[in-house]
Amino acid sequence: MKIIVIVKEVPDTYGERKLDLETGLADRAASEPVLDEIGERALEVALSHADANEAEVVVMSMAPERAAATIRKGLAMGAASAVQVADPGLAGADLGLTARTLAAAIRKTGFDLVITGNLSTDGSGGVLPAMLAELLDVPNLTALSSVEIAADSVSGGRDSDDGTMRLSAKLPAVISITEALPDARFPNFKGIMAAKKKPFETLAAADLGIDPQDLSVAASIMTAIAEKPPRSAGVKITDEGDGGVKIAEFLVENRLA
Amino acid sequence: MTDYPADPILVLLEATPTGELAKSAAGLLGAASLIGTPVALAVTAAGRSQAIAEQAAAAGAERVLVVETEAVVARLSVPIADALAAAAAVVAPDAVLISNSMEGRDVAGRFAARTSAALAVDAVGLSRDAEGVIAHHSVYGGAYNVDSAATFGPLVVTVREGAVEARAEARPVAIETLEPQPSGKAAASIESFESVTATSTRPELKGATKVVSGGRGLGSAESFALVEQLADTLGAAIGASRAAVDAGYIPQSHQVGQTGVSVSPHLYVALGISGAIQHRAGMQTAKTIVAVNKDPDAPIFEVADFGVVGDVFTVVPQLISALAERKK
Repeated sequence: MKIIVIVKEVPDTYGERKLDLETGLADRAASEPVLDEIGERALEVALSHADANEAEVVVMSMAPERAAATIRKGLAMGAASAVQVADPGLAGADLGLTARTLAAAIRKTGFDLVITGNLSTDGSGGVLPAMLAELLDVPNLTALSSVEIAADSVSGGRDSDDGTMRLSAKLPAVISITEALPDARFPNFKGIMAAKKKPFETLAAADLGIDPQDLSVAASIMTAIAEKPPRSAGVKITDEGDGGVKIAEFLVENRLA
Repeated sequence: MTDYPADPILVLLEATPTGELAKSAAGLLGAASLIGTPVALAVTAAGRSQAIAEQAAAAGAERVLVVETEAVVARLSVPIADALAAAAAVVAPDAVLISNSMEGRDVAGRFAARTSAALAVDAVGLSRDAEGVIAHHSVYGGAYNVDSAATFGPLVVTVREGAVEARAEARPVAIETLEPQPSGKAAASIESFESVTATSTRPELKGATKVVSGGRGLGSAESFALVEQLADTLGAAIGASRAAVDAGYIPQSHQVGQTGVSVSPHLYVALGISGAIQHRAGMQTAKTIVAVNKDPDAPIFEVADFGVVGDVFTVVPQLISALAERKK
């Protein structure tokens, strides 16, 4: 079985994240780039399956060339190979172009199962898994909080505010997983050394038959961007036995209670 | 009937497991009414569409297209995407509005990919200028406001639940039945659905106007009851920091922050929450923030309109009784 895990380099949410107000693009230099945690969890699902079964795990990402080091972490964790689609023409790609490009790379690589996180921490769109499923003409099983992978099928549970849904499908399929799944393993020294020798394929858009400048396909474009003034601190008092009463007065004054 | 309005905005309605119109619909129809004429689509099991359509008309749908198919309870996403594609083909909308829910995101993704339409996600508002429909986004935890639009063709938009306050005026009920051809696209099977019986009378976190959240400072699942007491006094929904969720004080569905629910209430009360940047990303767009924490250097105070450095176990009970006193 061949499992492709889609991962993403994102600005670390433990620091300030910035958008470039000129280009509207993420300011990648402004914060520490890391592998998105939810993608690491997706990779953990694949690796733990591969620990006990015959399976080849490929990490795949569409990202600028300098993200290669971040993607390599997936190899250090245990993936057998990596595929990176890196092309300056894809900078600022909208969801449609991203989905078409990744779908083409997935098709070229070959797959039985594609695993992604349910939502990235930067874009938090959560639409890509279904877009990939549509373009690859396979089922989508999204936002799974439990996953069972069998030789020719995949199933799992999806929790929402309304209840729990049980889903299943024959492979090939695209699934996305939530934070409810286990934390990812840490790469160990052996893994980091081994990662240097593992296959790392870099593809350009043209290798996939994708023309990023194709204006005949509708795209979503950013038309305006503004930084919100940071929220300023208001009143801070130290409780001197009347802190609760003071809050009550504040709430009443502001018609919030 | 083929006399569609000149500026149709197609709204995908969602139904609850009990067959009611989902709460998100009023906001979607309200948003649609700001930029055009709301035309709604309901995709339901047999015999379920009439009630939904009537509720949608009351919430401002000029017309309700209905598709009744058993496939909607048997197969995930694809039957709804098929119905939406058929509806869009007859309505020719300027925009398609879909709730940014689990199911909504899947349908939006499939529909946009299938029709090669521009897709805007997690919008918090919509407007229209001379060139067409514009989606407004609040990104990086509310640090930036970003607008987006389609280069051409309809803009498909997932709208953040509870973000749009506008409501449309009630319309007379006008129903039209569609019978779309199934696309035959591969879909996952829905094997079962187990409904959570709603025992709580508290407001839902998503879209709540008031939220009271607790953090690790509460110390235990038992003490977390203090958060619930204040929430009930204020008529607020209950939230939590990731630390409180990880410590097992409260289920994950209450998590506010980068990886949980994003809220923009009128009032957000943070109890025993340090205010890590990941938590702030999910709540700093609240209109008013009140915080209680015993650490005077807790980052939550940097965004609080009113902060009290003190022990939640003395401050909060006093606050509850002061509020109760006032109600008398």
